[in-house]
Amino acid sequence: MTNSWVDIKNADLVLIMGGNAAEAHPCGFKWVTEAMQQRNAKLVVVDPRFTRSAAVADYYAPIRVGTDIAFLAGVINYMLSNDKVHMEYVKTYTNATFLVNDKFSFENGFFTGYDEGKRSYDKSTWGYQRDKSKDEFVMVDETMQSPNCVYQLMKKHYSRYTPELVSKICGTPKDAFLKVAGFIAGTHTPDRVMTILYALGWTQHSVGSQNIRAMAMIQLLLGNMGRAGGGVNALRGHANVQGITDMCLYSEVLPGYLGAPTDADTTREDYLKVRTPKPLRPNQMNFPQNFPKWHTSLMKAWFGDAANKDNNFAYDMMPKRDTAYDALAIFERMYQGKVNGFLCQGFNPLAAIPNKKKLGIAFAKLKFLVVMDPLQTETAEFWKNFTDFNNVETDKIETEVFRLPATCFAEETGSFTNSSRVLQWHQRATEPPGEAKTDAEIMASLFMRMRDLYKKDGGTFPDAIVNMAWAYSNPNNPAPEEVAREFNGKALGDVMAPPDPKNPKEPPKVLVKAGEQLPGFAMLRDDGSTSCGNWLYCGSWSQAGNNMARRDTSDPSGLGVYPNWGFSWPANRRVLYNRAGADPAGKPWDPKRKGIAWNGTAWAGSDVPDIAPALGPDSGAGPFIMTPEGVGRLFAVGLMAEGPFPEHYEPFETPVGVNLMCPSNAKAVSNPAARVYKGDMEQFGKMAEFPYAATTYRLTEHHHFWTKNARANAATQPAQFVEIGDELAKEKGIANGQMVKVRSNRGEIKAVAVVTKRIKALEVNGKKVHTVGIPIHWGFIGLAKSGYLSNTLTPFVGDANSQTPEFKAFLVNVEKA
Amino acid sequence: MNRRQFFRTCAAGLGGSSIAMLGFSPQPVLAQVRGFKLARTTETRSTCPYCSVSCGVIMYTLGDNAKNNKPSIIHVEGDPDHPVNRGTLCPKGAGLLDMIHSPNRLKYPEVREAKSKEWRRISWDEAYTRIAKHMKEDRDKNFITKNDKGVTVNRWNTTAMLASSAASNESGYLTVKSARGMGMTAFDTQARI
Repeated sequence: MTNSWVDIKNADLVLIMGGNAAEAHPCGFKWVTEAMQQRNAKLVVVDPRFTRSAAVADYYAPIRVGTDIAFLAGVINYMLSNDKVHMEYVKTYTNATFLVNDKFSFENGFFTGYDEGKRSYDKSTWGYQRDKSKDEFVMVDETMQSPNCVYQLMKKHYSRYTPELVSKICGTPKDAFLKVAGFIAGTHTPDRVMTILYALGWTQHSVGSQNIRAMAMIQLLLGNMGRAGGGVNALRGHANVQGITDMCLYSEVLPGYLGAPTDADTTREDYLKVRTPKPLRPNQMNFPQNFPKWHTSLMKAWFGDAANKDNNFAYDMMPKRDTAYDALAIFERMYQGKVNGFLCQGFNPLAAIPNKKKLGIAFAKLKFLVVMDPLQTETAEFWKNFTDFNNVETDKIETEVFRLPATCFAEETGSFTNSSRVLQWHQRATEPPGEAKTDAEIMASLFMRMRDLYKKDGGTFPDAIVNMAWAYSNPNNPAPEEVAREFNGKALGDVMAPPDPKNPKEPPKVLVKAGEQLPGFAMLRDDGSTSCGNWLYCGSWSQAGNNMARRDTSDPSGLGVYPNWGFSWPANRRVLYNRAGADPAGKPWDPKRKGIAWNGTAWAGSDVPDIAPALGPDSGAGPFIMTPEGVGRLFAVGLMAEGPFPEHYEPFETPVGVNLMCPSNAKAVSNPAARVYKGDMEQFGKMAEFPYAATTYRLTEHHHFWTKNARANAATQPAQFVEIGDELAKEKGIANGQMVKVRSNRGEIKAVAVVTKRIKALEVNGKKVHTVGIPIHWGFIGLAKSGYLSNTLTPFVGDANSQTPEFKAFLVNVEKA
Repeated sequence: MNRRQFFRTCAAGLGGSSIAMLGFSPQPVLAQVRGFKLARTTETRSTCPYCSVSCGVIMYTLGDNAKNNKPSIIHVEGDPDHPVNRGTLCPKGAGLLDMIHSPNRLKYPEVREAKSKEWRRISWDEAYTRIAKHMKEDRDKNFITKNDKGVTVNRWNTTAMLASSAASNESGYLTVKSARGMGMTAFDTQARI
């Protein structure tokens, strides 16, 4: 979330699309209710199902699964053609005026540079025009009339998305679409703000990242970024999914989203150079220019004295990545027999990754599997026969499986980062059951075993293992307090202020004394004098103590900022990009919802300014300090896999069979840049055999695959069901409560049919499309009635950028069982 | 909680609050019936482990930590001081007590040997020893120090790991630190899904 849970109360319009906050995030949804009651805010819901969020909305519009980009593109077209954009914001705070390479174009479903064989783009034309005479700065056209400026390119691109065509693709009646577009566009004036709440309903698509980009563009065009009650807000699904993302427990990045080295980064110098951008416009903060400070401080935290100038700060101790290693890629490798061992921590991939059949085959190829979990999981027992639910030949599976008992939240101390980036500390309240241990102790103990073996017996490249800084009081079980202090970072030597240009002879001042905890990332240095395990979390445990444990409930501005409750990264900032919440002169767009303002000498207000405090309106510095442009990107240059502008592509399993945005291009029906493995493409179902659109979803009584193990939850939703509309039920002669068989091209499940009026058939391209809803919460382990893992049905393909699987749009057939 | 307990709790709550409204303290009255269990508990503030609204919760632990007295959480409720949830919990969070005490919680390390049909309890020491042996064997055999162009790459991609997105930041930090330290590249998290 760019904003916070409580900040939702400041909105004039709440759009829920790609999520269902009332059921999936009920206690956060109360702030929607608050906005509706106290500010007379309106709630608009767009969803394939009439959810409980829709039930309390002011307006609900149905949409076919997997067509959100077409809908949002239509909204962009509506805004641009009716002059419903916040023009001053767009001109000064976005790249609308920037000139794009004149070879860039878009034709019949493809942007320039498509390589069909590689299923990817040569992005060399997806850039700006640069001025060679002026520091390679981007050229701009302040009048926005040039056909090559971002504004005109965007206008042209989205003019194709007429309300009629949107309705034909999405199945949303035209008047309903126009009504929603009107609600959204109505917030383009500075006195009105919209927030958007989304979740997995937008991410779990082969075009997931572009769903969110489309909305980010809308929020930029409306001037809603950086404002109280605005922003783009991802409602995340696990207690610490945000924190683990920030800590970057994935292959592409190191803690704090620092791009991890690849084979192309042969030396540290090259590695730093390509990740340290130069400003693209004059006078910009270009904050990522600090990359070398963040990375050097990370290496100091991980390797201590073994990272120094003489060995390039241990650059070669870090592995370099040669290819993709996201979860789908890992299971593909496992399926191909390229993975021998697998460590599975608090995760149930046999249920949570698509195509259960493929996963079962992959697991059986492992030599050893280690599962660390508080609960029994299907993954740990993939080798056991549970009849139809998991029909395997146990005696043919040679995998050695270790199941290690882990603690749950109640038995451990530490911090979780919530969806709005607030780190909150919790204390253990009881002893773990039996011999269960914390995940931290299990990992540390395993690492120490490895380290001891390498010290004693040697082996391949022991250097990094042996030299890793591990000076915890109990190396097998580091205390959470010690670890938190480490990732906050400390001064290894005195941290000095840069010389004062006015008094160059003045002796430099000491900012932080050696040995002290760092107050914030501005203190980080690239000379090895600071250590910091995650620059974004710098300040969470300063010399003042554990800021994550703060519980001050005061809210001086009344805007729900709570500046001294926990610690909000970065720098305890509660609303990201809040400089954009003020106009170019530094006055808040809306004085009643003042974030920060320029007071003549500095930025100040209810929040920590998202810009250097003394960098005034006259400096020309843009508000989006994390881009080298200083502005928000309506045109994403080369950062996205499938194009600089979001474009509609059908789900890989489409109930229409054609992309109505480019009907003559059979190669651009679905995302042309999405990675599809051999064998998976062949397993995509076709609409002739599998005529119904399907989507997975969650119930308010259950949390993923955990709560089927908790009695109260298991009792409230005890048995697997699928939801079908009454029209489809009538067509197929299925009665409410009857058993049905739901089949995709990868497998079938049997469940009770719940026939409702909540999922309506939609008129798409002149034909009727039915949707089947598949809640995910059951399996063959748990206290609820045994059921099928819903991923038996889902396709093995992910978003082209994030590789998040397409769980939200696929094809099935339904029959009476 | 069975049906009878549920009604009893509701009745006690109702009786208590209406007496309090009349200006009487309900405690002596209730004390005559039965000791108020929560009065003897330790309160610990925590965060709900489910979705990332991250509601504040208060856990009530019975047991004074004396020897042979194992503490047990007997009640969990929303934290009224928490700025986000203000004391409320959703249907998921309302069942937290049952998650903590789930009969499906794992208690001991176990192994399923190749082709075996069952679990066997083992000690932590045996578990660590056997797992570390597997890992070292695989790492020593398949670790790649240089790629085919002669660039130092120092990676290990034949043992993979998927990390939890329900673990704490501290646990996550130790996990990524040790995985990277061992040279793992086939490393991902539930947070992606």
